[in-house]
Amino acid sequence: MAILLIAEHDNSVLKPATLHALTAAQEIGGEIDLLVVGAGCAAAADHASKVAGIRKVLLADHSVYDHEIAENVASLVVDVAHEYDYLIAPAVSNAKNFMPRVAALLDVGQISDVIKVESADTFQRPIYAGNAIATVQSLDPVKVLTIRATGFDAAPADGGSASIQILSQLMDSGVSRLVSEEMAVSDRPELTSARVIISGGRGMGDKAHFDMLDKVADKLGAAVGATRAAVDAGFVPNDMQIGQTGKIVAPELYIGVGLSGAIQHLAGMKDSKVIVAINKDEDAPIFQVADYGLVADLFEAVPELEKAL
Amino acid sequence: MKVLVTVKRVIDYNVKVRVNADQTDVDLKNVKMAVNPFCEIAVEQAVRLKEAGKASEIIVVSMGPKAAQEQLRTALAMGADRAIHIESDDALESLTVAKILAKIVADEAPGLVLMGKQSIDTDNNQTGQMLAALTGLAQGTFVSGVEVGENEVQVVREIDGGLQTLALKLPAVLTVDLRLNEPRYASLPNIMKAKKKPLDVKTPADYGVEVKANTRLLKVTPPPERQAGIKVASVAELVDKLKNEAKVI
Repeated sequence: MAILLIAEHDNSVLKPATLHALTAAQEIGGEIDLLVVGAGCAAAADHASKVAGIRKVLLADHSVYDHEIAENVASLVVDVAHEYDYLIAPAVSNAKNFMPRVAALLDVGQISDVIKVESADTFQRPIYAGNAIATVQSLDPVKVLTIRATGFDAAPADGGSASIQILSQLMDSGVSRLVSEEMAVSDRPELTSARVIISGGRGMGDKAHFDMLDKVADKLGAAVGATRAAVDAGFVPNDMQIGQTGKIVAPELYIGVGLSGAIQHLAGMKDSKVIVAINKDEDAPIFQVADYGLVADLFEAVPELEKAL
Repeated sequence: MKVLVTVKRVIDYNVKVRVNADQTDVDLKNVKMAVNPFCEIAVEQAVRLKEAGKASEIIVVSMGPKAAQEQLRTALAMGADRAIHIESDDALESLTVAKILAKIVADEAPGLVLMGKQSIDTDNNQTGQMLAALTGLAQGTFVSGVEVGENEVQVVREIDGGLQTLALKLPAVLTVDLRLNEPRYASLPNIMKAKKKPLDVKTPADYGVEVKANTRLLKVTPPPERQAGIKVASVAELVDKLKNEAKVI
């Protein structure tokens, strides 16, 4: 069996989501090739070539693939798909954008957000915001899967020496053009790969109060997240949102501050190893999943926590 | 320009979902059903485009059992002009839905297709992308801003790490994110009017699309339960537990 894993990268290195998806691919078993597609991404392909367990790296490096425009990336993947039994990508916003196109163009279904490999054709995935787990068998000859990073450990990023094969085919649909991109700039770790996350909800009360979480985050080397309620209230931008429609995280330590624990939010963080909740409402549902609950006014507890660290 | 909008009938997002006794699915008996929240945002956007003079007619489509007509009536009450119901008691998977929609797109030639980015039941996040691929129309997913121009639509997309603005050639398929707008409530007079708006009932076979299963659902189980832990009395105790018991800081 041959598997093509489509890498998530930042042009210089593979992002951790790729290594989590690689573990899923290894559980399925077979020869695994890694596709690095983008513009100016040769360094990421070099990184990919050093990952253990990769047969070869395919590199498509051209301006038509800049920002991984869905139409163009999907066409490229379809063009090389005939050599593979599985097309796999981490469930990040790029792959969520182009993978269903790949499936449709190959006339097969896609199994999204795989959290467990049961066998070569049977997978578990969460449905209803993680309130149920579906075990799904693929009936398609080619399996198109996206992998939820929190379901699998990261594979080692070194120990390999795969060759890099350059793909020269250029796929340009011409229907989509990038106008601009506004990316959040932060020295902190990314939410989806952070070891510690501190997250605020509606109870934070104001944009400025997130400074308190920033200070704790600085001491813990943590990422800062938020609930949808906090995003909707305009406290923080949407890329900080954790939950059913935001990011799915599973850090070692998750500290939820002034958030009630709506099911849509729990869907995004309940697989965290240790959960701490700080909330003045002792009936808040977050306490039902928290390992350590502190019923307290966050405006006192959070500065105190910062001092104690 | 015509706008085609899709709506899906799903469990109301406030309902606590439970797995049924034989673990074949979630329990759908006597459960409140509603328009998928993302689809509602798509309908709202279509109505706003019409109010702004950018859209001439809004056609709303739903697929599923007869009861899905309730959700079509909701969309009509919000301001859609006419509805198409693709009646089927089979579970229609994303690819089949996309194939039927592709036929409807060919028939109706909309300038824009507006869809929810995912449904809150299966959480697949696939159908819009599949439709765009099958029709060759430009694709804008996870959209939180829409600006319709002459030959192009500019969309702001919610992506990992920030926002991306794309200019797409029309016609295009857009899938909408939660922050695009806040859907209106239908007024009582509009609910009454919606009952008289045209609603065509079709089947997948009418469009020559075979209902095919790409997957088999073997089992549905509840997620592992997470047990509540302990309450700590102070920040000092919390820090102590994190350092010495959980050993995570």
